[in-house]
Amino acid sequence: MNKELFIYTLHLADNALILAQRNSEWTGHGPVLEQDIAITNIALDLLGQARNYYQHAAALYNSLSDHDKNSLEGSLPRPWKSFHRELQEDDLAFLRDEHQYRNLLLTELPKGDWAFTVLRQFFFSAFQHLFYQELLQSSDPQLAAIAEKSSKEVAYHLRWSSEWVVRLGDGTEESHRRMQEALADLWMFTGEFFTAAGYEQAAATEGFGVDVLLLREAWLKKVEAVFAEATLEPPKQSWSQSGGKSGQHTEHLGYLLAEMQYLQRVYPNTTW
Amino acid sequence: MNYFRKYYYGDYGDKEAPTGGDTGKAAANEWPLWEVFIRSKQGLDHKHVGSLHAADAQMAVENARDVYTRRMEGVSIWVVESKYIHASNPDEAESFYEPAEDKVYRHPTFYDLPDEVNHM
Repeated sequence: MNKELFIYTLHLADNALILAQRNSEWTGHGPVLEQDIAITNIALDLLGQARNYYQHAAALYNSLSDHDKNSLEGSLPRPWKSFHRELQEDDLAFLRDEHQYRNLLLTELPKGDWAFTVLRQFFFSAFQHLFYQELLQSSDPQLAAIAEKSSKEVAYHLRWSSEWVVRLGDGTEESHRRMQEALADLWMFTGEFFTAAGYEQAAATEGFGVDVLLLREAWLKKVEAVFAEATLEPPKQSWSQSGGKSGQHTEHLGYLLAEMQYLQRVYPNTTW
Repeated sequence: MNYFRKYYYGDYGDKEAPTGGDTGKAAANEWPLWEVFIRSKQGLDHKHVGSLHAADAQMAVENARDVYTRRMEGVSIWVVESKYIHASNPDEAESFYEPAEDKVYRHPTFYDLPDEVNHM
């Protein structure tokens, strides 16, 4: 069971880390100082969640039998193997390759304009909010504890991003147009929330994870409620893009990782 | 004619333009200024902590949460639009405050307190 739990925990960590990295690109570039700080706070919250998951994943791995460790070979950071020490959170964040990341495609898309950023955050927070309510019941006490700590943060992210979706959607002609464009670009990436990868199905069956398919209806309801106020309409198109959960990414992730991982790649194990 | 206006980070338009001319159009589109008051966990009163820009009261409270309570400074937030604050005029400081200077008898220090009275 711990093998699947390790992969599942990495998936949750990657979602949080990659969106944190994307949002942090606004730091120093926000539309106004107050929103610059708001989006940076959200990025930091997500980074904190990612750390909790990576620490948990590293501890899980270190406690596995040699046989199980060998079977996870393909998910481990290659440079770490030459360090000859136990696995640590930073190894997982900074030394894995693109195809080893299991984050949703939605999280890795470039930050776009403010409309794109807040709409993506809204979709993600609405999902995370429902997800954490379920993860509270996880049979893994550590995951349940992370869910409890994070759900308060996410409640605020959802409130904040919902309000921005309404402000821009029901705002000026330009802000409405930009929200429409963001919606057209983002919608096809929202289906991946509810398309369970193999390790997610295992997680739901074993009881340490969440059956994401069951969250779809509540998520749509939340989206429609906010959209109604924002004078936006969810697109009818049902086709959706996926692949991120199994390591097939858009071309954007490589650039993101190149920037984020540069220091640890060039100066392995360096510290502040 | 100056066709270009240089914008700096944190330049909201209602502040003095750094260089070049300001048409005044930018200022009309800017969000109003709000004063922020925070009550800390131990504190009994809300204290002024600073100001920020926001489109309306709800946004002002959320911005205040993000800008001024990141390090657990507070458990309660008040915001009030700056234009509703009326201040005393510094030019009148003499007539306002100086007359109190030589009236020490206004301090309650001219009588003895019984020992049983605490917290005075």
